[in-house]
Amino acid sequence: MGLFDKHLAYRDAYQAIRQAGADPFNVRLDAVVSPTEGVIDGRPTILLGTNNYLGLTFDAESIAASVKAVQERGTGTTGSRIANGSFEAHVELEHALAKFYRRKHAMVFTTGYQANLGVLSTLVGRGDHLILDADSHASIYDGSRLGHAEVIRFRHNDPEDLYKRLKRMKDMPGERLIVVEGIYSMIGDTAPLKEIAAVKRELGGYLLVDEAHSMGVLGENGRGLAEQEGVEDDVDFVVGTFSKSLGAIGGFCVSNMDDFDVMRVVCRPYMFTASLPPAVVSSTLVALKRLEESPQLRHRLMANARRLYDGLSELGFQTGPTASPIVAVTMPDQESAIGMWNALLQNGVYLNLALPPATPDSRPLLRTSVSAAHTDEQIDKVLSVFAQLGQALGLIDNQRQRVSA
Amino acid sequence: MKAVTDLTLREIGLAASSVLGRSVEVSDETHIGRDLQVDSLALMNIIMELEDAFDISIPLDRLASVETAGDLSNLIKELRNKG
Repeated sequence: MGLFDKHLAYRDAYQAIRQAGADPFNVRLDAVVSPTEGVIDGRPTILLGTNNYLGLTFDAESIAASVKAVQERGTGTTGSRIANGSFEAHVELEHALAKFYRRKHAMVFTTGYQANLGVLSTLVGRGDHLILDADSHASIYDGSRLGHAEVIRFRHNDPEDLYKRLKRMKDMPGERLIVVEGIYSMIGDTAPLKEIAAVKRELGGYLLVDEAHSMGVLGENGRGLAEQEGVEDDVDFVVGTFSKSLGAIGGFCVSNMDDFDVMRVVCRPYMFTASLPPAVVSSTLVALKRLEESPQLRHRLMANARRLYDGLSELGFQTGPTASPIVAVTMPDQESAIGMWNALLQNGVYLNLALPPATPDSRPLLRTSVSAAHTDEQIDKVLSVFAQLGQALGLIDNQRQRVSA
Repeated sequence: MKAVTDLTLREIGLAASSVLGRSVEVSDETHIGRDLQVDSLALMNIIMELEDAFDISIPLDRLASVETAGDLSNLIKELRNKG
């Protein structure tokens, strides 16, 4: 017996996937030319699976701020903020986030994953209850295991099911924290937040919304689903990330709750990790300003999302429930999903292959994420490659009927 | 108590069948992971079905010690008696 024996089934499955072509979970980019173009295996490739929603990774002012920061403050902080202190820009970024979300408090984490790990494991503890949407991101599940709260799942995007489960525990002592996401990362659907907020108001508890994929994407000012649905007052905590619409890396939590700052001395994933390096903090500050000042980026993003979603649906591919910057195509089985993914890559289109159990309904997905930086020509090129390959692989027919999945 | 155990096991079998989309029969000794080939996600979905069947809350952290259908049946009985 060896340490890795328990994982051998995964090794074999992974090996089988790799034998079908390229390695979908370890694609090598020879070069990244722009937010939407890279070079893979020597081929110019349209990047359609990088969550680069506003296309800010190459924003000139963000890059200039990052360069200046690295020259003036060095390459890293070499430790956590409780040990090595906060740089001016860490504090400035927290103030900027609080102001943007119109909340009293903000706390920055080193990654979005750690933000969920830290916040969930700190807000609720032994004797409390964590109520999660069943399709929650891995960081939410992992955060729920790091704390000691009792964890209950409710059926995905089903406020009535949430109501039933909360009602069931009405006589139990302890606090309740309900956790949902603004946009779910696999098929791009949004939470029914108005209804969920109403359930919270009726039965009590706190509400946390992870706006990782919806920050800068939804809402008139880009504050996410809570803004779009007009329920920001019902949302007690917003968690998010700098690694998507802001084009860098890092996570955060904002809130109006009193005593929020006590988390700085009790939240272990905040306390025992090196803080974000100056270059990242400074580019994020500029990207946040860009997000606030450029609603046209959001409009462009949604127009691109609509173009891709409508185009794929019209071709006969099975897409998600709504047009959103995450457009997922459900594939009939794993073999055709892997075949199509490889064929797309060979034809200059990179997107994500998502396999069960990481997908809803145990169906494989080809997951795309659109950027405001994509041009109409790039989206049309993607659609024509999908059309050609979909027909060649028998996934859609020439009459453009819906794929039977 | 035997009858109650059988009823609980029967519900576990029904929940597993519903989630897995195939007919499943379980006994006290049925190993959930090995015999039923249930992964962690399917197990969580089976738990959701059982919460509804028995109108109880089954916190996920209690599953750490559940390996067999008998373990799960005992956990359900414990939670029902508590309520």
